[in-house]
Amino acid sequence: MGSLGLLTIISSPLAARSQMGFSLGWHIIVACLGVGMPAVVLFAEWRGQRSSDPSYQLLARRWARTLGVLFAVGAVSGTILSFEMGVLWSGLMDNYGAVFGLPFAIEGFAFFIEAIFLGIYLYGWDRLAPRTHLLSGVPIVVAGVASAFFVVTANAWMNNPQGFMVVGGRLVGVDPWAAMFNPASWPQTTHMILAALMVTGFLMASVYAVAILRGRRDRYHRLGLVVPLVVGVLATPVQIIVGDWAARYVAEHQPTKLAAMEGLFRSGPHTPLSLGGIYSGDELRGALHIPDGLSLLVHLDPNGYVAGLDRVPADLRPPVTIVHLAFDVMVLIGFALLALGLWLGYCWWRRRELPRSRWFLRAVAVSGVAAVTAMEAGWVTTEVGRQPWIVYQVLRVDDAVNPAPGLGWGLVAVLVVYAALTAATVFVLLRLARTPLPTAPQERDVAEFQVI
Amino acid sequence: MPADPLAITLLALTWVGVTAYMLLAGADFGGGLWDLLAGGSRRGARQRALIEHSVGPVWEANHVWLIFVLVLVWTAFPPLFAAVSSTLYIPLTLVALGVIARGSAFAFRKAVTELWQRRLFGAAFAFSSVITPFFLGTVGGAIISGRVPPGIAAGDVLTSWCNPTSLLAGAFTVGACAYLAAVYLTADAQREGHPDLAEAFRRRGLVTGSIVGALALAGIFVVRADAPLLFGRLLGAALPVVLISILAGLASLALLVSRRFTLVRLTAGAAVAAVLWGWGLAQYPYVLLPSLTLAQASAPRATLLATAVSVAVGLVLLVPSLAWLLLLFQRPRVSAPR
Repeated sequence: MGSLGLLTIISSPLAARSQMGFSLGWHIIVACLGVGMPAVVLFAEWRGQRSSDPSYQLLARRWARTLGVLFAVGAVSGTILSFEMGVLWSGLMDNYGAVFGLPFAIEGFAFFIEAIFLGIYLYGWDRLAPRTHLLSGVPIVVAGVASAFFVVTANAWMNNPQGFMVVGGRLVGVDPWAAMFNPASWPQTTHMILAALMVTGFLMASVYAVAILRGRRDRYHRLGLVVPLVVGVLATPVQIIVGDWAARYVAEHQPTKLAAMEGLFRSGPHTPLSLGGIYSGDELRGALHIPDGLSLLVHLDPNGYVAGLDRVPADLRPPVTIVHLAFDVMVLIGFALLALGLWLGYCWWRRRELPRSRWFLRAVAVSGVAAVTAMEAGWVTTEVGRQPWIVYQVLRVDDAVNPAPGLGWGLVAVLVVYAALTAATVFVLLRLARTPLPTAPQERDVAEFQVI
Repeated sequence: MPADPLAITLLALTWVGVTAYMLLAGADFGGGLWDLLAGGSRRGARQRALIEHSVGPVWEANHVWLIFVLVLVWTAFPPLFAAVSSTLYIPLTLVALGVIARGSAFAFRKAVTELWQRRLFGAAFAFSSVITPFFLGTVGGAIISGRVPPGIAAGDVLTSWCNPTSLLAGAFTVGACAYLAAVYLTADAQREGHPDLAEAFRRRGLVTGSIVGALALAGIFVVRADAPLLFGRLLGAALPVVLISILAGLASLALLVSRRFTLVRLTAGAAVAAVLWGWGLAQYPYVLLPSLTLAQASAPRATLLATAVSVAVGLVLLVPSLAWLLLLFQRPRVSAPR
């Protein structure tokens, strides 16, 4: 049965979707760190130069070393995605590469700038004057954010295709700029860049929370916790507001996706907000319903009309349970991280210090994994919520997939290689985290730590 | 229908990208091959250190040329991208996995200290450095021999890249990578003050240069038998470029013999680049022989214009940055390395 199940997947478009989803879902964790981490490293380096504080200086060097490894893994795990655009989705690229390829071309240059200046920044640490070195890191930050922006506009176009017309089966009136700056681009790119900052902040902080829980309470570890944590904590409330903006966008432009996010079958006024539950037989079972909640959220009016899944034929609906639960998980974690930030903010306001409870450290220790989970759940929501379309209401996934025989074995190859890649990445990151450290770092320890 | 001048420009830029990838990233792949052949852990340590020192700062930037080529092709010439990537999905997937193994293993090796770990990651880095250019070469061979028809998955998914031209092109690509790496490393070794390593890489440059030259000559016969369409066109407009390649190859061997290590970088690069441009010119105006022309494969004019503008702005940012990177690490360190 198991092997039969695998064979069935391999010979269906589900294999291509799984391969793309898996390699993208893997890459995006590292990509988030590539977007967020350079700014945190530069901040530490800047503070270290201004204050001559060896703790900041050593943090900057150790973070830079980790960034070097993560960037390499991010660069190569991103490359396979470019290949997969054609290898898996040749039907999409053949027809629409000319429409939405432009942001990828621009992103290519942003990636160039990132890679070039990362090489200069890492290998130039002891070659360049301190100020020049600090400045050489700035393009990495700018290009990282720009990369995220451009690549997400391409995804936004798949949600909100525009900038072309199809007349008699032929593309006419192609306008790649209009395609790139589609209405979905603004909420989606903002949501993603903030998510990258949250993932970076909470993930980096969680490493130091674990260390402090293990008894290393010195200034080095406290700074290692606080600096990234503040990034995550500041991004969280903004992210919740932006998330609301993104959801309103979806309500207006992709009502079927919103209906799936909420497990809503029946269109109408007075629609409830539903938490949890399993969707089957056109109904959400076992959910907690808040009467009028959805109408209130979308229209600020309990009488507001919200379209349900009954508006589209059954074969044009996404798998509802996955989308609904993924959305709930994302929102739940978002608010939990907000609570963590409020806790920190309250203690800082009252006593100018971190919360004393070990539960705070435990919460920070899991916040990194939580932020990653929320980000992945968000991608599941938007990507699965668009099914069965690859380009919303224009092209179905099944019509875009490469029909070549044996394509599904790529999934097996990717899973095997990524199992090794994941094990090696985790192993190396743990090794880097465990590199021995003096109790109170001195100038000499800083100079002795080689970034490369 | 003649091709749009913008399309010609973008195609030429794509080919500049392919050339840059071959000359820069190709040498990084070659470095991996020499790492593989450097011998035991103790004996090969100095060679591996030199290779790591030369490849380390630049390989990620060099790698981006591949992305540059992919995104340019899928935006400006979507039918070409769809046809090539759907029919050749097997070697392309292997290339992508090879790229992952090579890049991550290289970065991981630097981060670990224990011998068995360095060996494990080193082996993954070196092995994938050989298979990745090989499969890329087979993709080139598939296009050269006209086995990729236009349309989605219209060609045979196996014979399109398992054929004499593809196998020869794969071997040639690996050889050219090894040759370029040996030539570049010769000068690097000399600059870093390792005359014995410079001599070792000079010998390897001479040997691989001769092998690659022989493969190129053999290629003429293989292409004549297996890819007659392209062969006929090689003797047309492309002939001067083919001759340049031969002359540059011979000059490189002479320069290696006479130990002109800086100058030989230029001639060795020119010899390899001329092979690529000879192929490109021979195919033009067909992007896929025998039936897809540049005009047929081009995106609408609005897309070509937007892409050309973006690439122009991008190059203004890219060229000085890249020059700084490549030159910064071609100078010996000012402060003494610890």
